[in-house]
Amino acid sequence: MCQFKNINSMSFAEYKELIEHGDTAIIFLGHDSMFPVSIQQGGQTQTKYGVIRHSSDLIGKKYGSKVTCSKGGWVYILYPTPELWTMNLPHRTQILYSTDISIITMMLELKPGSVVCESGTGSGSLSHAIIRTVAPTGHLYTVEFHQQRAEKAMEEFQQHKVSHLVTVKNQDVCKEGFGVSDIADAVFLDIPSPWEAIRHAKSALKSEGGRICSFSPCIEQVQRTCLVLAEHGFTEINTLEILLRVYDVRTINLQIPDLGRMTEDKGSSDGSDKSKQISTAQPECALFKSGVSPRETVGHTGYLTFASISLF
Amino acid sequence: MDQVSPTHPRLIAEGEFVVLKREDVFKAVQVQRRRKVIFEKQWMYLDNTIGKQYGTTFEVSSGGNLQTKKAEIAAAEPKEAGSDNRNIVDDGRSQKLTREDIEALKEKGIKGDEIVQQLIENSTTFRDKTEFAQEKYIKKKKKKYEALITVLKPSTRILAMMYYAREPGKICQLRYDTLAQMLTLGNIHAGSKVIVMETCAGLVLGAVMERLGGLGSVIQMYPGGGPVRAATDSFGFTKSFYKILTEFPLSKVESLHSGTYSSRSASSETSRVSEEGNESVGEKQSNATDNEENSNPAMDTAQPEEQEDMEASGEGPLHHKDTEKKMQAVQKKQKQDERKRKESEAAALLQAKNADGLMIASRFHPTPVLLSLLEFIAPSRPFVVYCQYKEPLLECFTKLRERGGVVNLKLSETWLRNYQVLPDRSHPKLVMSGGGGYLLHGTTVSTETVKPNTNIEPKTGEPAPKKLKTEEQEC
Repeated sequence: MCQFKNINSMSFAEYKELIEHGDTAIIFLGHDSMFPVSIQQGGQTQTKYGVIRHSSDLIGKKYGSKVTCSKGGWVYILYPTPELWTMNLPHRTQILYSTDISIITMMLELKPGSVVCESGTGSGSLSHAIIRTVAPTGHLYTVEFHQQRAEKAMEEFQQHKVSHLVTVKNQDVCKEGFGVSDIADAVFLDIPSPWEAIRHAKSALKSEGGRICSFSPCIEQVQRTCLVLAEHGFTEINTLEILLRVYDVRTINLQIPDLGRMTEDKGSSDGSDKSKQISTAQPECALFKSGVSPRETVGHTGYLTFASISLF
Repeated sequence: MDQVSPTHPRLIAEGEFVVLKREDVFKAVQVQRRRKVIFEKQWMYLDNTIGKQYGTTFEVSSGGNLQTKKAEIAAAEPKEAGSDNRNIVDDGRSQKLTREDIEALKEKGIKGDEIVQQLIENSTTFRDKTEFAQEKYIKKKKKKYEALITVLKPSTRILAMMYYAREPGKICQLRYDTLAQMLTLGNIHAGSKVIVMETCAGLVLGAVMERLGGLGSVIQMYPGGGPVRAATDSFGFTKSFYKILTEFPLSKVESLHSGTYSSRSASSETSRVSEEGNESVGEKQSNATDNEENSNPAMDTAQPEEQEDMEASGEGPLHHKDTEKKMQAVQKKQKQDERKRKESEAAALLQAKNADGLMIASRFHPTPVLLSLLEFIAPSRPFVVYCQYKEPLLECFTKLRERGGVVNLKLSETWLRNYQVLPDRSHPKLVMSGGGGYLLHGTTVSTETVKPNTNIEPKTGEPAPKKLKTEEQEC
């Protein structure tokens, strides 16, 4: 019934209970303040609440534990989900965030066993989410033309124990394609000129068909991509944009203005006016809970263009 | 549901659940021979789709048969076009064909694309229209007279879009992008043990099951007489996917928490049933006929399509009836046993209190559901609560902060905007959805403090003010 969880298995693609040497964990300090840490025997991590000693404070403890630091404050150690990783990863490029990632994953119909091609790898934000979703039987082929970034990504996949689920290629997807053909269920493009890679995407997709997505910040890029998609026989071409709205939960206190209402109508009215009488002594307030939008928020990340192909 | 295992994953087989698509309209049906299906005011037989590839486009021909149709890229290029509409007058006489003429053409069984061609030829203003307007005109007429139907393999994408467009009330207005957020924020993936509490016709459950790929376990918490899975069945999952699915009645959650459940179920399964017979089992049996409040939406979800099909076929399942009744009695008994087995299985899974995720999307107030079910979740695991309205989630947020044991609490909503992308005519679509609901999500944490092994300071040495400070900062 319940899957047996191998304690030494991959960390990003499968949950486990205890913190071990070699894991990547998220140190949660409170209020959106967190950072990733690589757990090392004998390692130390400095936080504003003091030092955390990996061997004594972390290794062997449960994920989600509250850990006391040397100065007496405490932090939580969180299990590294792709979403937490996205919020904390070292940026080498502009990255995709979970809001876009979620709609990409659903619209590309990704699930365990899916074979996916991606370019560019960038900082690996989307890559981790794809790997999580297609594991344990699927595979990600990701292409990054920047050598250093490709190497760094490979390193991270190894550290996160998911390297058996992903192949990183250092080449130019527009010229050399994905290095695979007739294998993918889905292709994702996040490159400056996606229209140049459409033919490669088509040959990477399984002959019975598949889904494609291209992410572009500018409408001109979308325009060209859509034209080329149609030329290559892609159908169901659909461009959309998704925006996240976050709300802060606050108790708001609005003062009731003094309209010079007299307290004389005491006798004539019933109970409803009684509160008004008190208001003369103290300004009356109305309390309520509200979801308050932040003053500034992300207005645009990119347009997502999806399409299907049936090659028959 | 009996699932015919397909010989080829991409070929349509009899008994499979498919989704019909016309333009942007979807409908989920099961492929059955000689069974009439009504879709977009047209009736048809799906016999000819069997053995064809998923993604094939068909045209409805006489007698409701579907014929494969090669998707042609473009019709005849419009030769002449005007540059603006300064001389086009709406006198209502530009179309020389009358309504009767068109009806006559249709009755003769003339193909849709030929009717469109005739309409173009008999339109006096067509040539004066701009190229864009001509294109728009053709597109509009094609939509009306050319019935092209594509048969698709069901997926969360398609079913979530279908339900949001066709029956948003059945899924608490959960828009597909919001569902996508739930799956990602809930870190739903193969091997997880997920608790799902939904009243979305089984759509959220199906989406979770798709992401688990048959690995891990799902415990569906259901209100009323039984779990609703009308949408789940439309996914056409193989039997192996259902093996990891168990269900547990929401009404017995308290007994699990208080520990009274285990003792009762351990004593004797049968005695427990007879004891509670009037209440729980009776409820289950009458589920199909009774208008019990909680099971009502479930029936609504399943029935309209059935009725539609039955009306159309004219015969109904009458001749099966008596044999079916006996079968049903046997099946009902089997189902009850199966349900009991699954319930105790689910109870055991829940009592381990180490679930990997919690997904709530229901028409109930989220606060009591969340506070109760959160007890079953392991530390450092995500939970996601959907609500059609923001206000209950504000309360939920406050209650969770009081309870503690959660970090990273976020209240959010997504906006979705679709675009028309055409050469020189790109713009956001005219209409966008007004709302797709709200999400409250966060991560569970342990409430016990782990003492560092080397800490010399006694427990009382921990400065209290600092502790409070961090608590405030948690969000």
